Amino acid sequence: MSTAIRDQIQRELVPEGGVASLSHGTLVLEIPAGEVQRTARRLASEFGFDLFLDVTAVDWPGRTPRFDVVYHFYSTAHFFRVRLKTRLSEADPVVDSLVSLYGSAGFMERECHEMYGIGFRGNPDLRPILLYEGFVGHPLRKDYPKLKEQPLVPYRK
Amino acid sequence: MARTTIPIVPSTARSPAFEYFSTKKDEFVGWARKFSLFPYPFVTACCAMEFMAVSSTPYDTDRFGAALPRFSPRQSDLLMVVGTLTHKQAPVLLRVYEQMCEPKWVMAFGACATSGGFYQNYAAVAGIDKIIPVDIYVPGCPPRPETVIDAIMKLQDRIAGSHHPIITANF
Amino acid sequence: MSPPRDIGLPNPVRPAFERGVRDDAVVVNIGPSHPATHGTIQVIAALDGEKVERVDVHCGYLHRGFEKECEDHTWHNLIPYVDRLNYCSGLINNFAYCEAVETLMDVEITPRCRYLRTLLSEYSRIADHLTCVAASLMELGAMTAFLYLVMIRDYVYEHLAQLTGARVTYTYGRVGGLARDLPDGWLARLKEILDQYEVFIARIHGLMDRNRIFIDRTRNVGVISAADAINWGFTGPILRSTGAPRDLRKDAPYLAYAELDFEVPVGINGDNYDRYYVRMREMDESVYMIRQLVEMLPVGPINVDDRRCTLPEKQLVYTEIESLINHFKLIMDGPDVPPGEVYTAQEAPNGELGFFLVSTGGGMPYRFHVRSPSFVHMGGVHRLLEGYQLADIIPTFGSVNMIGGECDR
Repeated sequence: MSTAIRDQIQRELVPEGGVASLSHGTLVLEIPAGEVQRTARRLASEFGFDLFLDVTAVDWPGRTPRFDVVYHFYSTAHFFRVRLKTRLSEADPVVDSLVSLYGSAGFMERECHEMYGIGFRGNPDLRPILLYEGFVGHPLRKDYPKLKEQPLVPYRK
Repeated sequence: MARTTIPIVPSTARSPAFEYFSTKKDEFVGWARKFSLFPYPFVTACCAMEFMAVSSTPYDTDRFGAALPRFSPRQSDLLMVVGTLTHKQAPVLLRVYEQMCEPKWVMAFGACATSGGFYQNYAAVAGIDKIIPVDIYVPGCPPRPETVIDAIMKLQDRIAGSHHPIITANF
Repeated sequence: MSPPRDIGLPNPVRPAFERGVRDDAVVVNIGPSHPATHGTIQVIAALDGEKVERVDVHCGYLHRGFEKECEDHTWHNLIPYVDRLNYCSGLINNFAYCEAVETLMDVEITPRCRYLRTLLSEYSRIADHLTCVAASLMELGAMTAFLYLVMIRDYVYEHLAQLTGARVTYTYGRVGGLARDLPDGWLARLKEILDQYEVFIARIHGLMDRNRIFIDRTRNVGVISAADAINWGFTGPILRSTGAPRDLRKDAPYLAYAELDFEVPVGINGDNYDRYYVRMREMDESVYMIRQLVEMLPVGPINVDDRRCTLPEKQLVYTEIESLINHFKLIMDGPDVPPGEVYTAQEAPNGELGFFLVSTGGGMPYRFHVRSPSFVHMGGVHRLLEGYQLADIIPTFGSVNMIGGECDR
């Protein structure tokens, strides 16, 4: 069952300049940033990937483009996962939001936004969620020092 | 507020029993107060699991008069900070502390509240004593219930042994 | 006594709205240190009378830099951090993480380890559900039920402490195996505890199931449909309470689940009562599975014989130089994990707990990301709160079982 759907996705969904591979049982599609929303829409509507699992980023300082944005989708009919990967440059780290397709994308994009500074075009609510108002910088970027604190309350003497 | 204790030898002659009790007032008030701790659990993290255990049947802090959590800082006198304090949470803790009436005590429950534990990074405060004064630290990650009971008893000893502002020249 | 200082505290969050839909709506703030919500969560609610019109949920009060901290430790040294994700069931986190690293390293664990991990996962699931049910019942005022459930949970904790040395945070999983084998008499005590569990849980069923107050507070409160639940990313007992029998243990069996006989309990309405009942039934299934696993448990080693991840025996470390160097390298540099990336998931008590790891080779992870069910649930929890009474926020939050460590990381 899952091999058939896997082959079909590989045949139909990998656009120009994209790469598909199989990594530890997960189908990985590497696509250009502009294709993310279209691919996700087809995954959701045609291939039954109804559960949006996760979005996060990986920071590769020194590489251009600098960021990988990684999405995971799961099909509750085929019991199969797909990973979408796309690359974003440091100068313009913006990708289309998936909130119109999956409700769960809202919070996860908020987290990715504050941790990496990735912009999600179309997400109306990108306030901090795990961090707080006034936090400067993106702590999960590799160039953010682990010990750099930004206290809200002055410490006692 | 004047904190004068009454003279040990009263100016007018009274019965010896009164003289005896008047030297024991501190002890008596301390004894009464140490068994009426009203904790406010400021529960944030993993230590909450042990807080649940220590306040229920097998360990039962009711034996020490410290079982009934007051969920208003105004009514409580023991602030138990149970778990990691983060920078986002710090203003909330400070506000709760400021709302509590004197006299008040603070217990840092577990390694994170004591020193930040093994969270030494941008998000966690390295110990609540950077924000508010602490009276007793409970080690452990999380502490075993026996450790907590030991801490409560040590705090009780301290309360019993200290001078209380209620005891003045008129009392 | 000094008057309270005016400290002018900064507000860590910015509410999504200042006023409700109508002008006379009241906006109330619940949390983050609120006694009746377990976990540190802030709910800003716009009310129409007693009815909740709109909520804005803020989490992150327990964000303690888990991912950054893990990227700074070796693959072995970060296991204690993993414990403190879902601190009600630390063992499942351990095993889910170890499975991810083992997949990257292409290591296959030994049969005894596989069965033991399955057994302990189910045991941990019981402890987690006990905590959740106990806390949510206490918040509804059912103190007796709370005391019964915490009593049996304490038996489980002490029993696990006998095995792992800790009551809550076990750090028992290792990449390629487990920290140690079962002590003598552990399985006999396990049998006793499971029997006692049945006695206690029968009392809970007697106290709660047909209790008028309990039913009034939970029936048809916090209702969600299966399609909505999937759209909002809900997994685990919340999804199953809507009637969708989705469980990774059945759908994509890992560990030894393929060999076990068990059912996936589902609800009908997707309301608070169903979530309570699904959890109660899941515990029964877990007990049933543990009893099967005790019979199936094979003898043999618990760690794989692979020098890349398993520590050599202590006696050899003292007597031969190769083992000494091996031990030193494993402790100081960490296990050598080949470059690559992996996403594996296990069915944690709250839903799909996934680990996304990126390795560039060497002893430390390059990227360590957790797909935590609680965080995703918080993204959709407003669907369960809006349209119900203010007082319903408490039982609904209880039944969602938001765990701070896992949600905020």
